[in-house]
Amino acid sequence: MHLHEVVQIVLYLFFLLALTPVLGLFMAKVFNGGHTWLTPLLRPLEKAIYRLAGIDENTEMRWSTYVWALLIFNFIGFVVVFVMQMIQDKLPLNPQKLPGVSMVLAFNTAVSFMTNTNWQSYAGETSLSYFTQMLGLTVQNFLSAATGVAVLLALTRGLTRRSLQTIGNFWVDLVRTTLYVLLPLAFILAILLLGQGVVQTFSPSLHIQTLESHTQIIPLGPAASQIAIKQMGTNGGGFFNANSSYPLENPTPLSNFFQMLSLLLIPAALTYTYGIMVNSRRQGWVIFAAMMVLFLMGLMVSLWAEYGYNPVTGIAGSMEGKEVRFGVTNSVLWATATTAASNGSVNAMHDSLSPLAGLVAMFNIMLGEVIFGGVGAGLYGMLIFVIITVFIAGLMVGRTPEYLGKKIEAFEVKMSMLAVIAPSLVILVFSAIACVTDAGLSSLGNKGPHGLSEILYAFSSAGGNNGSAFAGLNANTTFYNIMLGIAMLIGRFAVIVPVLAIAGSMANKKNAPFSAGTFQTDNATFVVLLVAIVIIVGGLTFFPALSLGPIVEHLLMLAGHVF
Amino acid sequence: MDSIKKSPKLFDQAIILRALVDTFVKLDPRWQIKNPVMFVVFLGAILTTATVIHELTGGKSDMFNIQITFWLWLTALFANFAEAVAEGRGKAQAESLRKMRTKTVARRFVNGQEEKISATELKVGDIVVCEANDVIPGDGEVIEGIASVDESAITGESAPVIRESGGDRNAVTSGTRVLSDKIIIRITSEPGNTFLDRMIALVEGAKRRKTPNEVALTILLGALTIIFLLVVVSLLPFDIYSEKAAGMMKSHSSLTLPVLVALLVCLAPTTIGGLLSAIGISGMDRLIRHNVLAVSGRAVEAAGDIDVLLLDKTGTITLGNRMAMEFVPAPEVTEERLADAAQLASLADETPEGRSIVVLAKRDFGLRGRNIKELGARFVPFSAQTQMSGVDIPAMDGRSARSIRKGSLEAIRAYLIANGAENQVSSMSMHVTQMIGTDIAWSGGTPLVVIENLEILGLIQLKDVVKGGIKERFEQLRAMGIRTVMITGDNQLTAASIAAEAGVDDFIAQATPETKLQRIREEQAQGRLIAMIGDGTNDAPALAQADVGVAMNTGTQAAREAGNMVDLDSNPTKLIEIVEIGKQLLMTRGALTTFSIANDVAKYFAILPALFATLYAVSGANGPLAALNIMKLASPQSAVLSAVIFNALIIIALIPLALRGIAYRPRGANAILLRNVMIYGIGGLIVPFLGIKVIDILVIALKLA
Repeated sequence: MHLHEVVQIVLYLFFLLALTPVLGLFMAKVFNGGHTWLTPLLRPLEKAIYRLAGIDENTEMRWSTYVWALLIFNFIGFVVVFVMQMIQDKLPLNPQKLPGVSMVLAFNTAVSFMTNTNWQSYAGETSLSYFTQMLGLTVQNFLSAATGVAVLLALTRGLTRRSLQTIGNFWVDLVRTTLYVLLPLAFILAILLLGQGVVQTFSPSLHIQTLESHTQIIPLGPAASQIAIKQMGTNGGGFFNANSSYPLENPTPLSNFFQMLSLLLIPAALTYTYGIMVNSRRQGWVIFAAMMVLFLMGLMVSLWAEYGYNPVTGIAGSMEGKEVRFGVTNSVLWATATTAASNGSVNAMHDSLSPLAGLVAMFNIMLGEVIFGGVGAGLYGMLIFVIITVFIAGLMVGRTPEYLGKKIEAFEVKMSMLAVIAPSLVILVFSAIACVTDAGLSSLGNKGPHGLSEILYAFSSAGGNNGSAFAGLNANTTFYNIMLGIAMLIGRFAVIVPVLAIAGSMANKKNAPFSAGTFQTDNATFVVLLVAIVIIVGGLTFFPALSLGPIVEHLLMLAGHVF
Repeated sequence: MDSIKKSPKLFDQAIILRALVDTFVKLDPRWQIKNPVMFVVFLGAILTTATVIHELTGGKSDMFNIQITFWLWLTALFANFAEAVAEGRGKAQAESLRKMRTKTVARRFVNGQEEKISATELKVGDIVVCEANDVIPGDGEVIEGIASVDESAITGESAPVIRESGGDRNAVTSGTRVLSDKIIIRITSEPGNTFLDRMIALVEGAKRRKTPNEVALTILLGALTIIFLLVVVSLLPFDIYSEKAAGMMKSHSSLTLPVLVALLVCLAPTTIGGLLSAIGISGMDRLIRHNVLAVSGRAVEAAGDIDVLLLDKTGTITLGNRMAMEFVPAPEVTEERLADAAQLASLADETPEGRSIVVLAKRDFGLRGRNIKELGARFVPFSAQTQMSGVDIPAMDGRSARSIRKGSLEAIRAYLIANGAENQVSSMSMHVTQMIGTDIAWSGGTPLVVIENLEILGLIQLKDVVKGGIKERFEQLRAMGIRTVMITGDNQLTAASIAAEAGVDDFIAQATPETKLQRIREEQAQGRLIAMIGDGTNDAPALAQADVGVAMNTGTQAAREAGNMVDLDSNPTKLIEIVEIGKQLLMTRGALTTFSIANDVAKYFAILPALFATLYAVSGANGPLAALNIMKLASPQSAVLSAVIFNALIIIALIPLALRGIAYRPRGANAILLRNVMIYGIGGLIVPFLGIKVIDILVIALKLA
């Protein structure tokens, strides 16, 4: 590694760290209903929305009502995108004259964007009209991210309230997040990206005569606006098929930096927001620290693997599958961030990562997307691990476990474990099915352990709502479209519902005051315990599968053996 | 403490023998299913047994599979054994209690007539009479008389206790024996539901229900087991894919059913799963060895969570009796005259307080105790009405008559007014203020005024003596995050002084049952858990309200019903030990859970390379995944076998720890956590690596694989 590459990583971490409290504080103000500099501008709009939709912003919901509101809202979003894709040929803004999408693919894509996964079985420029991209997908990019934040807010309220039945109003959480946080941030980022040359136009693709007299098609479209929220909202669904490795989606090193930073920005800042909302910034920083430790561990292994000597190719620092404009370091940093953050956008092909770097990418997702993770989703996922850590380690101080003064009892343990089991079940069982069925195997682009990695990666990506692909696997088949669609649904809602159930039960509990005998969750010891539990639970669940995929592949590579 | 000696040792031969029998009885599936983790082991053992039988009938005999099956059954049996041993100790105790419940004859009064019936026919509300050597036929209250009762059968304490009507010592327990005198008892419990019956049921664990935390932990362990089941089930397809990719023949697969079951059993948290109920039972058992009975495991668990201890001053914090510390004479009165009068007034006073006055006078002025009879004196005993005591000495041998009284400020004032000596009252108040200011009350003493023939002689300073070592005890409690609140009937000043001396965090002066209850409710409203100990009827509401209410065995039936624990020793300091036992119970659970989960890392490194040893082998026997065999275990078979053996043996090895509880020192949460994480977390990572390696060496040496 060169010095300038190290500097880039340090700069990246510095900006992430510096912006966390700034944005975190702003969001806390917004979510607590406080006054911000945007209030005069947006408050009338917010009120108008409530009036139009007949929402009383002061009415709070019980957790079950909150769940229903969320599910119904998401279902409507799903139906809209599903139908829109199938009839896009009859809708405007379709300069390429693209036909309607098949039902199975439409199902997969609608689920994918509703669940904040943004798994793309389709290729943007050849499958979807500008209308579908802008009014279907981009809208869902905002709303799915806002849904994640809403769930986090409900859980946070549950943890801080005393003996109450309600956990907030889903509609208010949704509107505030979208209006005050996501739209302004996406707007700023879109402008920045436009400045760097990301395309934003309604013109159809360009057909260009190259010097060798071949025809080259250059896809265009209203990309900048979608890419901004794609990164900010940890969505990851690129406007173009090649995602952020395509020059018009990610033209310069600076645009690359902006996009990488915005990948982790909101999830990181939410830890600070959380700290403020639970009245202890330390609690927020502890979670930030645990996420950062996990992130750096993955990053280091990946860098070590990528820059390590590869006996098969005979070189170190392979550029295969990486974008020449960005190089190895930026590709690895992006790959680590995008899998940590449940984003799934790419600027290099993960299929081409060295086995161990691929393992890190996959493992980041398998851990449950809790290393910063999706917007809102990462933090509530991590809070599930916090509850499990507190339960196991908390007993060791001789008290029944409590977090933020709330006793963790059978119900919370049951719900937490449900939220952990559901994605694991999807990844392991669905991959297993794909491994022994022709429908599953016929899509493989590679043989040997790498094939298994591709299958595992696909279902991890879907179950973890990440959306990145290992590529190499042809996912646009009936089998994969349906299986992955179901995986995304389970990975999203089998976590959200238990989380909201915990929020409801926690809100109803009393707060035990802190004493010297209380298990502390705001110190370095807890960071270590939390990291250990995340790795051990994830490791124990996926180590056997990984050993047959990337681990054996790595060992074979060292032996100079390929498939 | 002798009560510990009388209860069985950790491993008593008789208990072990009985436990061995129970170990097999518990193989009943209805019993096994109560523990999801061990039920999976049980099913796994059945599956492998079926495989082995199938092989044997097919003429094959695979020693490896037979050994795996053998050790799986042992794993299930070891867990049963742990539970049986824990229960056995209680059962042994129950048996000795049951012997007391021999056929007792009750002497029941019906319409003034006495009739003899069997104790089992007694009903609530019956009136019975007991005289010396009678066994009390049922739980009840003494409504008439006073008697000394031998309660050693229940408490283990051989010294007889006094039971009398009225007051807070009127409860009698069935199975105890009247030693002297005669008492009339009203029966308060149905036969079969007496204190003794409940005690037997408790120690026997017959009605044992899972505590809330145990339920939560069982869910966690069950969920982990489900995850590992998914891991093992999905491993087969992954292996099929990999073998195909590696171009291997089907017959080479090392993923046989017994191996997969072995993997599942090793990964499932069997260590804590197998020991969980033993830990819970032994927690109750430890309480019993401290002579405390808890009505439920829930109460023991709550004890660990206690934030505030409400402690009675008398008997817990102080020695229980105030002692005379100093004579403070009135102006123009010599200290010796005051001491003389005070001693005379106290000669017949047999209370510790009175005796301490006699002793102080003797120590300071060499005044000998005199025979009251020779003086012809008449002792005026302390009464609740007058709140004072004294002595009247008639005129004799030229000496004028003396009438000495001692009592509290208020009592003496009332006495002076009643005897027409109002003039003395104002001067008394003045004297008192002059003499002591508020000094005595501030330093924790209570002034006792002494008068002779309506003339004020001075004051005796009485003081509570704080128990030695109690301050350090409270400091430990504070380190554990537990606040102590002293309850006393004393006034504010006295209470504050003792509170400061004893080092309690807070106090309630002039406490009434209402203020106690009020305080408990206030603390609970702030989310705290409260423990208190009490004996009287007026304590019953507070005992019922407290999260842990410990009733003293000497107390009233009402108090015993209201609390969720009974201290047979009636020792108020016991509350601190109860809290410690509760904490130790929870810590043991957490530590073994951590240990169990940490163990899995090593087991993966033993079993996975063994399963996939030949996968993707390019040339020679070993595939690349053999690199994961960092323990360098001899062969795939020996590796799997060693892991399974380790997994079984660790349960047996940890039974003493589960029964005894992990080492406990009163410290802050952070220090305790660090220590336990080091021992059971890091230790849990390392120990199995060593253990499995050692077993592997033995397995090879014994040619088992």
